[in-house]
Amino acid sequence: MLDQVRSLGRNGLQTLQTLGRSGVFLFFVIFTSQSIRISFPLLVRQLYSVGVLSLVIIIVSGLFIGMVLGLQGYNILVDYGSEQAIGQMVALTLVRELGPVVTALLFAGRAGSALTAEIGLMKATEQLSSMEMMGVDPITRVISPRFWAGFISMPILAMIFSVVGIWGGMMVGVDWLGVYEGSFWANMQASVDFQDDVMNGVIKSIVFGAVCSWIAVFQGYDLVPTSEGISIATTKTVVYSSLAVLGLDFVLTAVMFGGV
Amino acid sequence: MESGSLDSYIEIENLTFYRGERLIFDDISVNIPRGKVTAIMGPSGTGKTTLLRLIGGQLKPTRGRVCVDGQDIAKLSRKELYLAREKMGMLFQSGALFSDLTVFENVAFPLRVHTRLPDVMVRDIVLMKLEAVGLRGARDLMPSQLSGGMTRRVALARSIVLDPAMVMYDEPFAGQDPIAMGMLVKLIRLLNDSLGLTSVLVSHDVAESASISDHLIILADGKVIGQGTPSQLKNSDSELVRQFMNGLPDGPVPFHYPAQTFGNDLLNL
Repeated sequence: MLDQVRSLGRNGLQTLQTLGRSGVFLFFVIFTSQSIRISFPLLVRQLYSVGVLSLVIIIVSGLFIGMVLGLQGYNILVDYGSEQAIGQMVALTLVRELGPVVTALLFAGRAGSALTAEIGLMKATEQLSSMEMMGVDPITRVISPRFWAGFISMPILAMIFSVVGIWGGMMVGVDWLGVYEGSFWANMQASVDFQDDVMNGVIKSIVFGAVCSWIAVFQGYDLVPTSEGISIATTKTVVYSSLAVLGLDFVLTAVMFGGV
Repeated sequence: MESGSLDSYIEIENLTFYRGERLIFDDISVNIPRGKVTAIMGPSGTGKTTLLRLIGGQLKPTRGRVCVDGQDIAKLSRKELYLAREKMGMLFQSGALFSDLTVFENVAFPLRVHTRLPDVMVRDIVLMKLEAVGLRGARDLMPSQLSGGMTRRVALARSIVLDPAMVMYDEPFAGQDPIAMGMLVKLIRLLNDSLGLTSVLVSHDVAESASISDHLIILADGKVIGQGTPSQLKNSDSELVRQFMNGLPDGPVPFHYPAQTFGNDLLNL
């Protein structure tokens, strides 16, 4: 009994310590001083590996999710004779919810885990230490560009996801099931508000981008440098990112769309 | 010559260091002479690598001081520390080459970060350093294509590319075949003498270390148990030093990990 209380206390303290460490770490990552001449090329390279290379999975998933939404939506709406509203349904679902959330989940699995494993392996092979000994701060050189690349990529990927999804919904609804194209687009235009829907979706994906990148780089930097440590940290990145995204999504939705 | 009368590059005074609860160094004081090759030796797990990290400022001493070239490393600000590190080269056990860069770019890395030299000059310096370690022809290979010995030689070229005043070698001979080992031994000595470096070498290969170093320091159980020239130590009065220098399996450092008596263990008492 006493042992259990003791281990509870120890685990609690450890969790708090890790949280504190990750906060200080984030501070250093954001407020680094490095000249643009050096940091810009590093950022571009990370934008490529984090953002551009995630495009395929984002586009393919967006397309299929949009198509499924079109199909399911049609089957429900047609019973009420309001299948023209399918454009509005697909667009609102994607822009408000599925775009940011599914992109963030895919991003955590595709890019977040890769970031953690890469940084962890650099730590395990002493590359980070050797950088320090060469008088180069690894946080500035390695971590910061990766964090910012994730932060910048996520909203763009989420927007691409929504656009592709709407196109997929249109393919199924209009081209296949024969909803009138004019009412598909007109309904969408009339009901999707730029400020309330599009911008709120973008804000969500910015928050998710920051959180997922933060978790990924911190788990990589803080892991125990063994092969087991890397596998644990990679798993943690995906699990924590997914939970954080889903939890934050509820909070953000409640703030944005709840109390009106 | 007494080690105390030498001009010291690194002065370690009353250093105590704990890692977590474990005492690694218990009030040790050593001086590392300038311009010489000094080997720090000791059984595995005595914190030899930790000592290098304390000298490099990656760890801070619990008590005591570590001074490099007159500067107390633990008291430097982050910026001063990074500046001081530009004068230190360190060769890691694994080489620690950046796996996404070619051999050439690995060696050029410190130059590109710390200087604004034109590309032509960077190229000349890198080729010079690669020539010194005999790998000028391997400049376009990736680290994954190198053998263990080559990796260490590239890492060595990288650690001297900024012309440091001191180079630290972490287990340079571990896991090397005899040819690579011979090359490294020759290189360390040669670089030290031709570039006027201070070299600090951490190793447990007694024969190799003794053959190239001017000064030996032996650590065990958190204390310095012996220091001096290799020949002085070979004839040391201390049983522990003799056990280590001659590689005897049993002695003051026991062959058996502490346990209850074998008889009791078998009877499951």
